[in-house]
Amino acid sequence: MNRFSVQIHGWLLVLPAAVLLAAFTHYPAVATLLHSFYSTPKANRPAVWVGLENYRAMTQDPVFWQVLGNNLWFALGTIPASIALAMLMATWVNGKLHGRAFLRLAYFTPTILPMIAVANIWLFFYTPTYGLLEQITVDLLGLPSHNWLGTPSTVLACLIVVTVWKEAGFFMIFYLAALQAIPPALAEAAAIEGASRWTYFRRVVFPLLMPTTLFVLVNAVINSFRLVDHIIVMTRGGPDNASSLLLYYIYDVAFKFWDSSYASALTIVLLAILASAAIMQFAFLEKRTHYQ
Amino acid sequence: MSTRRNPMEPQGLGHALETLGAWVLALLWILPLAYAFWTAFHPPEFATRFDPLAPLSLQNFVNAWNAAPFASYFVNTIILVTMILAAQLVLCTLAAYAFARYAFFGRDVLFMLVLVQLMIMPDVLIVENYRTMAALDLTDTITAIGLPYMASAFGIFLMRQTFKTVPKELDEAARVEGASALQVLLKVYVPLARPVYVAFGLVSVSYHWNNFLWPLIVTNSVGSRPLTVGLQVFSSTDQGIDWSIITAATLMTSAPLLIAFLLFQRQFVQSFMRAGIR
Amino acid sequence: MLNRTVRKVAVLAAAMLFAGGAPAQGVEISFYYPVAVGGPITKIVDGLAADFEKDNPGVKVKPIYSGTYQESVVKALTAHKAGEPPVISVLLSTDMYTLIDEGAIIDWSSVAKSAADKAWMKSFYPAFMENSETGGKVWGIPFQRSTIVLYWNKEAFKDAGIDPNQPPENWKELVDYAQKLTKRDASGNVSQWGLQVPSSGFPYWLFQAFTTQNNVVLMNKDGTKTSFDDPKVIEALQFWVDLSRKYKVMPPGIIEWGTTPKDFFERKIAMMWTTTGNLTNVRKNAKFDFGVAMLSSGKRRGTPTGGGNFYLFNKSTPQQQAAALKFVQWVTSPERAAQWGIQTGYVATRPDAWNTPEMKKYAAEFPPAAVARDQLQYAVAELSTHDNQRITKVLNDGLQAALTGAKTPEQAMKEAQREAERLLRSYQRR
Repeated sequence: MNRFSVQIHGWLLVLPAAVLLAAFTHYPAVATLLHSFYSTPKANRPAVWVGLENYRAMTQDPVFWQVLGNNLWFALGTIPASIALAMLMATWVNGKLHGRAFLRLAYFTPTILPMIAVANIWLFFYTPTYGLLEQITVDLLGLPSHNWLGTPSTVLACLIVVTVWKEAGFFMIFYLAALQAIPPALAEAAAIEGASRWTYFRRVVFPLLMPTTLFVLVNAVINSFRLVDHIIVMTRGGPDNASSLLLYYIYDVAFKFWDSSYASALTIVLLAILASAAIMQFAFLEKRTHYQ
Repeated sequence: MSTRRNPMEPQGLGHALETLGAWVLALLWILPLAYAFWTAFHPPEFATRFDPLAPLSLQNFVNAWNAAPFASYFVNTIILVTMILAAQLVLCTLAAYAFARYAFFGRDVLFMLVLVQLMIMPDVLIVENYRTMAALDLTDTITAIGLPYMASAFGIFLMRQTFKTVPKELDEAARVEGASALQVLLKVYVPLARPVYVAFGLVSVSYHWNNFLWPLIVTNSVGSRPLTVGLQVFSSTDQGIDWSIITAATLMTSAPLLIAFLLFQRQFVQSFMRAGIR
Repeated sequence: MLNRTVRKVAVLAAAMLFAGGAPAQGVEISFYYPVAVGGPITKIVDGLAADFEKDNPGVKVKPIYSGTYQESVVKALTAHKAGEPPVISVLLSTDMYTLIDEGAIIDWSSVAKSAADKAWMKSFYPAFMENSETGGKVWGIPFQRSTIVLYWNKEAFKDAGIDPNQPPENWKELVDYAQKLTKRDASGNVSQWGLQVPSSGFPYWLFQAFTTQNNVVLMNKDGTKTSFDDPKVIEALQFWVDLSRKYKVMPPGIIEWGTTPKDFFERKIAMMWTTTGNLTNVRKNAKFDFGVAMLSSGKRRGTPTGGGNFYLFNKSTPQQQAAALKFVQWVTSPERAAQWGIQTGYVATRPDAWNTPEMKKYAAEFPPAAVARDQLQYAVAELSTHDNQRITKVLNDGLQAALTGAKTPEQAMKEAQREAERLLRSYQRR
């Protein structure tokens, strides 16, 4: 092939995907930024340039700050827990425990079930007095009854539990794949050195899992800003916005309040958060390409 | 996998404790599904009570099936996931091939731009993408649900990594025999990347089978709604929650994925491992 | 361009041809319907559409089931913005101002001009028309309407030594009964609560019952002003908060709307407030004798109305509008309204529907069905203002803050009022 046809072929092959990506990822990201500088058009009032007005309104919007804070707590609650659990699950499933096949199935099922459906089931678990949780804590253990989803201090934690439950099994698969790629010779060598199981994990396995951990970490970060299905079913952001997350608030503002400009400004904040996560991702990709 | 004993496996008491821990966690993890089975197969009085003598019943499934047009929702979801997967496989294969083997101008910048989508997923661009769909007159169509996802950065990235591991000699040998670029792609690269395709396909299907927010926004009729949205429309009633019907509907809607996973779980995990997604 | 002009002329000509006459052959009325109720409502609506088509050949009614009210208004407005709105839609009566502000609907009075049409628009209960009219025009035709009523477990009343046929008349009795009905075990855990008023999702609606009973209204007629910080509003909220904090007869925290009927069936609560639309559901699932009553009175009796109206969308053709008018008149006729009320549990929206033989028979067999009707004389319009979704969210947030103890009722309502005033400023200038 001559150099010219390489150019043509290369571009032709990439073109269909590139067009779609541009239309539904790059264009909307840029358009969001533009629209965030305009007012929301109404029946008799077309959109006008308002500069930073939407952003000014945002800094004065207590709900925005609360939702942002909630989202950071949500990220902090879901990310380390789901990664640690995923690693633990993978270690167990990879080992020689009894009923490995069942364990793997049990850990993985949440991934397959639609969040929208299981959220309704979790709603039952958290229901006061006769919900499953209360049947255990109150009826069996004699602890005082508690309205889990109806109290601002516990509602976010409840949603974090649901999220960790949902995503840990998915991350487990990645760790499982990574664990199985570790040569058994390493374990034997460690045994000869007299290392304990924990030391072996900490000194040998954990560092080897690092690329996977980074990959999973990035996914967990994205998920913590992307998953709102359970909020729609379980709390609708309540009580008093205690369980509302950024994307849910954007949905509210855009599709209930019909304030698309303000929603655009909020989306820009979300994109900025994700972009900073992206920088992390690129740094990590860099490493992987060298590695190969 | 090696059949030799791994000396770092837990022994004795440690083994027992870890087995116990693993089982407790597994039981906790499967609890929602177990509850769904319990409630779906028993009369509504037993939805919140666990009595081993409770009579079995299939009535909840009948009620759920009759309460909403699940048949249409099933068809829509199947069309949706098939359409997305087919488009993803074609588009991502072509693009990944170019990124892996063609040194065209602007390749690296373009690849970076592709990777942007790994972070900024269509899921968060609902406001603008809705505007676009309205402008294209595509709202309330299955196409509109699928379109933003058809060019998958994850797919392109994954396949590019795989294609890069294919020895150049194989490529050149095929070309010497007179194969065109597309023939080389189909005869040499695609077969070697089979496990990656399987793994990617499974992730894609389970993701889009369960996706909710975007379909909720962009569809409004039975003709285009997927199962998840249908399920939500049907479970959020003015009159309160009926867990018996909801769990029956949940099992019905996730049955295809659950059964597929039960049957193929070994292959599933192995594809992931061979795909080198780690 | 020329093409478009030609088409416009053609449409106009067609409109003139058919104006006043029978709807044209092949008119289709698309019809968004919020299936927000359990049971086989979709089949009932399909049946109505089919019956109408049989009586009116040439008109096709196409119901589109659009989910909850919340989702339906989203769908209708997005479709409007995309240029393809439905011809008619059943949406919350409170969405009226929003729909007007978006230019999405036209008033029924502009198509219903004959004397008979005018009489028809006057045939509904005045309480339902309160938030169907503004500026002297009728924008909504009441259809799927409800109020809040009290359901009580007669067995629980008997156990607590209360006359099972005497629901609480006033706030004092309400608290009294609820205290007797609240059962605690030795360690202080409650096995049965006296009363439950749900507070998730749309607490403002239930709150309006308290405020109305405390003889205060939350907004002005134009939907441009709210009075959340009125001392009587704060007092009403204090009473709601006290039910769980002071009297300890209601579970603390936010109470889920969706699980409330189930709580009732499970005998975890002895009395509940919920919509009349739940009547059929409760009748089917309560395994004990229950009663339905008007809400207890404070300074007066009171409940907000709720539920949906028919709206006529802009951008429909004159033939479609004529056909839509015909359909809505048909479906709200006394016989149909009665049939609808019997099948769903919603309140038949006009007095003469209650005089039809079927309705008389039904009310005699099942007296609770008439409770909602009898309560209508005390009913007020549901909270509805310009920028309605935002205003109700502000109020909802304030209510939830007070109910969870994050703010005092006074603080919560003052802040909500301040925010509402800010949001409504631009509408007051007009």
